[in-house]
Amino acid sequence: MITRKVAALAACAAMLSVTAGNAVAADTVEVLHWWTSGGEASALNVLKEDLEKKGVTWQDMPVAGGGGEAAMTALRARVTAGNAPTAVQMLGFDILDWAKEGVVANLNDVADQEGWGDVVPAALQRFSKYDGNWIASPVNVHSTNWVWINKAALDAAGGKAPENWDELIAVLDKMKENGITPLAHGGQPWQDATVFEAVVLSLGTDFYKSALNDLDPEALGSDKMKEAFDRMAKLRTYVDDNFSGRDWNLASAMVIEGSGGMQMMGDWAKGEFLKAGKKPGEDFVCIRFPGTQGAVTFNSDQFVMFKVGEDKQKAQKMMASAVMDPVFQSAFNVVKGSVPARTDVPNDAFDDCGKKGMKDLAEANSSGTLFGSMAHGHGAPAAVKNAINDVVTQHFNGELTSEEAVEELKNAVAAAQ
Amino acid sequence: MNRNRLQHIIPKLVLSPSLALILIFVYAFILYTFYLSMTDSRMLPSYGFVGFENYSKLWGLRHWWRALSNLAIFGSLYIVICSVLGLFLAILLDQKIRGEGFLRPIYLYPMALSFIVTGTAWKWFLDPGIGLENTMHQWGWTGFEFSWIKDRTLAIYTVVIAAVWQSSGFVMAMFLAGLRGVDSEIIKAAQIDGASNATIYRRIIIPMMRPVFLSAFVVLAHLAIKSYDLVVALTGGGPGQATELPATFMYSYTFTRNQMGIGASSAIIMLVMIFSIIVPYLYSELKPGRQR
Amino acid sequence: MSADRMAGAGRSNKLLRALLYSVLILFAVYYLLPLYVMLVNSVKPLEEIRQGDMLSLPTLFTLEPWAKAWSSAQIGVQPTGLKPYFLNSVLMVVPAVTISTVLGALNGYILTKWRFRGDDVIFGLILLSCFIPFQIALIPAARILGMLGLAGTTTGLILIHVVYGLGFTTLFFRNYYAAFPTELVRAAQIDGASFFQIFRRILLPSSAPIIVVTVIWQFTNIWNDFLFGVSFGDFDSLPMTVALNNLVSSSGGVKEYNVHFAGAILAALPTLVVYIVSGRYFVRGLMAGAVKG
Repeated sequence: MITRKVAALAACAAMLSVTAGNAVAADTVEVLHWWTSGGEASALNVLKEDLEKKGVTWQDMPVAGGGGEAAMTALRARVTAGNAPTAVQMLGFDILDWAKEGVVANLNDVADQEGWGDVVPAALQRFSKYDGNWIASPVNVHSTNWVWINKAALDAAGGKAPENWDELIAVLDKMKENGITPLAHGGQPWQDATVFEAVVLSLGTDFYKSALNDLDPEALGSDKMKEAFDRMAKLRTYVDDNFSGRDWNLASAMVIEGSGGMQMMGDWAKGEFLKAGKKPGEDFVCIRFPGTQGAVTFNSDQFVMFKVGEDKQKAQKMMASAVMDPVFQSAFNVVKGSVPARTDVPNDAFDDCGKKGMKDLAEANSSGTLFGSMAHGHGAPAAVKNAINDVVTQHFNGELTSEEAVEELKNAVAAAQ
Repeated sequence: MNRNRLQHIIPKLVLSPSLALILIFVYAFILYTFYLSMTDSRMLPSYGFVGFENYSKLWGLRHWWRALSNLAIFGSLYIVICSVLGLFLAILLDQKIRGEGFLRPIYLYPMALSFIVTGTAWKWFLDPGIGLENTMHQWGWTGFEFSWIKDRTLAIYTVVIAAVWQSSGFVMAMFLAGLRGVDSEIIKAAQIDGASNATIYRRIIIPMMRPVFLSAFVVLAHLAIKSYDLVVALTGGGPGQATELPATFMYSYTFTRNQMGIGASSAIIMLVMIFSIIVPYLYSELKPGRQR
Repeated sequence: MSADRMAGAGRSNKLLRALLYSVLILFAVYYLLPLYVMLVNSVKPLEEIRQGDMLSLPTLFTLEPWAKAWSSAQIGVQPTGLKPYFLNSVLMVVPAVTISTVLGALNGYILTKWRFRGDDVIFGLILLSCFIPFQIALIPAARILGMLGLAGTTTGLILIHVVYGLGFTTLFFRNYYAAFPTELVRAAQIDGASFFQIFRRILLPSSAPIIVVTVIWQFTNIWNDFLFGVSFGDFDSLPMTVALNNLVSSSGGVKEYNVHFAGAILAALPTLVVYIVSGRYFVRGLMAGAVKG
C-alpha cells in the first residue's frame, strides 16, 4: 500500500521534473572529454555546432592529462555521486568496464535505425557494444604501428624505406653514422609500450594476438617474447640519452627538424608534421612499422553514453547520431589525423597518409589482422595494460635483462588478471 | 542557574558540527578504505570479501617496494635538508639584515604555488637538453654536466631539489618565528658571560628550538608521505619507476589501473606510517596540556 | 692598541657581513629561479623559446601569450582562455576560506577557554584529520555529496574544502588562544558576558596575526587544489587549476610554452599577491603560536 503510494508520488515527481527540465533547459548534453589542444578541440567544435543547430546545448567538461587518466578519475566521482555526464570520451576496455557496472545507456534504436552494424568494423564493435547492445558511438580509429621518417635523413641513409627488421637496423645504423639521433623517442611508459607492441606485431600477427590480446601465458613466456625484448634493447641503442620523460610531440619535433631520423608513433603524430608545414611524401615519409605491413593495431575514441534522466535522453540520442554522421566523421578525422570509424566515408578530404590509413584499415579488417592496441587500452583491461607497461619500461630503461623481462611479464600479467 | 547551564552547552553545540564532519569525512572514510582493502574492488567499490589477499599482493609487487625505498631516500633527505636549510636561513635572516622584508617573501613564495604551476619550469630547468646543462654549454662551459633527472639512480634527488625549494622557506619562517620568540635577556646574560655568538647559538638558542624542530618534522614528514603532484609534474614516476612514491603508487592503482583493492591497501599502509609518526608526537604535545 | 683591534674587528666584521649578504642573495636566486624562467619565457615568441636559451631575456618582447592565456587559449571545446574559470575559483575559495576560518577560530576558542572532559581527545581527532591523504576521500565523499544533492556544485566543493581545512584552522587558533590569558575570559564570565560576546569582544580583537596565517594557509591550499576541483566540479564550476591543467597538459598538438607559463603565472597570481601583501604578518602570526605545536 505504502510502497504503491510512494511509487505513484515518485512517478508524479518524475513527470514534473521532465516537464520542468524541458521548460528550463530544453535539450542539453554534458560531455566529458580530454581533447583540449587546438586541433582536437576545434575538430570537436564541429560536433558542438552541429548539435547546437539542432537546438541541443553543449555543456563542456574538459579534463586533460595523462591520456584521459584524470578524466577517468573525475568520471568515477561523478558516477558515484549519481551525477554522470551525458557522454564521455573513452578508450577500449575502459568502456567495457563501465558497461559492466550497469551505468551506461542503450542506443539500440538509433543504431538499428541508422544501420551502424553494417558500417562499423567488427573489431570496433567489440568495444561499442556490450551484451549485444550498442552503448557508444565510435568517433575515430587511430592506428599505432606507424613510423615517421624524415625524408632528407632517409635519403642520406640510402633512400629506401625499410620493410623488415634487418633493413630497419641498416637504416638506423646509417643514420647514426650520419651523426643524427636515429630514433627520436620519448621515455614515458605508454610510448615505450607503443614501440613494444609494434615490435611484437612484427614477429607475427598470431604471436601478437595470442600474447597481447589473448594473454596466453605460453606466448608471453616464449622465446619469441625474449626476441621481442632483445629487439627493444637494440632499439634503445639508437635513442639519445636525454629521452626519458620527453613528450611525444617533442620527439616528433626532432624528426621534423632533422635532428632525429624517425619516430615510432601512432597516426596522431602526423598532425605535428602538417602543422610545421611539412608535406607527406616530400618532407616526411609514413610507413608501417617494418614487418607489420598488412596488419593494423588500433585504438578508437568513442563517446560512451551514460544513463541519464529522461529529460536528457532525446539530446543524448541526437548526439549519438551526430557523432556517426559521415560528414562529421570525415571533418573530424581529417583534422585529428585518424581515420573514420565507419568504413563508408569517402576519402576525398584526406591526404596521402590518411588515404593509406583508410585503405590499410579496410584491408586489415577484411583479412582479420586488425588488432586492439595493447599500449592504448584495446588489448587488455587497464590493470594488465599497466602491468605490461611496467615491465616494458623497466626493461627499456635497463632495469631488467631480456630474460628477466620475459619472466616478469608472465608473472605480472598473471597477477594483474 | 539556567543561564549557566546554557553557557556550558553552547561550546559543545558549537564544536559538534566540526566534530561530526570530521568523524564522517575522515574517520568513517578511513574505516571504509580499510574495508575496501579487504574486498575485490576494481574500478568502482565492490564488496566481495577477500581478506588480506590485497595486502599479500601488494607486498609482492616490486613496484611497491620501489616506492617505499624511494620514500625512504626522498623523505629522509627532504626532512633533513629542509630543516637544516630552514634553520640556517632563519639564523642568517635574524642578524638584523637590511632588506629582510624583501628577502623573506622571496624565500616563502614557493609554498604559495602549486606544482601544476612550477612543475614545468623545474622540468625545463633540470632537463639537460634545454635546461641548466644546455645553458652552461651555451655560456661556454662545455664540460658541465647535469642530467640527474634522466638517470635512474639520481632522478629521485632531483625530486628532492624541487621539494626542498618548495618547503624550505616555510620551515625558515617557522624557525624565524621561533628565534624571534627567544627571550633577549637570556642572550644578553650569555654575552656578558663572554660567550661568542657561535656558542650562544650552539649551546643556548638551537636547543631552545626543539619544539620548532618537532613541528617542522611533523609538517615535513606528512608532506613527504603525501607527495604526489610534485612527482607527477616533474618525472611522472620515471625514468622507469625510478621516482615512484607511495602516493603516486596509490593513485595509479586506485584510479588508473582499476585495482582499487590494492590501492586501498596501500593507502592503509600509508595511513599507518603517517599515524605512527604523528600520534606519538601528539601524545607528547597534549600531555603537558592536561596539567595546565 | 685597542683602537687597532677595533679597526681589525670592524674589517672582519664587514667581511662577515658581506659574506652573509651574498649567501642570502644566493639563496634568493635559488628561490626565484623557477619564477624567473616562467616569467622570461612567458614574454617571448614561441620561435625564440624553441631556439633555446631558457635563461636569456627576450629579444622580442611580447605580451601576446598573456592575452592568449587569459582570454583565447583553448581550454575545452571553445577557446575561452582562463578568464571564466577565475570567477569559479573565487566563488569557491572566498566562502570556503571564510567558513573554515570562523569555525577554526570558534573551535580553538572552545578548546582552550571552555575546556571540558575529553577535549584533548577531540582536539587530537580533529588534528589527525590534517594528515589524511585526499585520494582515499574521493569515492566516499562523492557518494555523500550525491546523497546531499550537492554533486557538481560550488556548494559541494566549499563543503569539502571546509571539512579538510578544519584540522589546520583549529590547530592554528587553538595554539594561539592557548597563550591568551584565561583570566580575562574568566573575569568577563563573572561579569555575565555570554559565550559569543567574550569571543567577539575579548579574543577576536587580538586575533589578527593568527587570522592572517590561517587565511594564507587556507587560501593557498584551496586555490591550488586540483583533485577535488576536477572530481566534484561541474561544467559550470570547474576551478582555475583544472583549466590550467587543460591548458598545460593537453595531449596533442603544439605546446605553446609561452602561453603555458603565462597561464601558470596568472593562475598563481592571487596566491602570490596574498603572500606578498600579508607575508609580513605571516612570521608574526607563526611566532604568536602556530609553531609552538
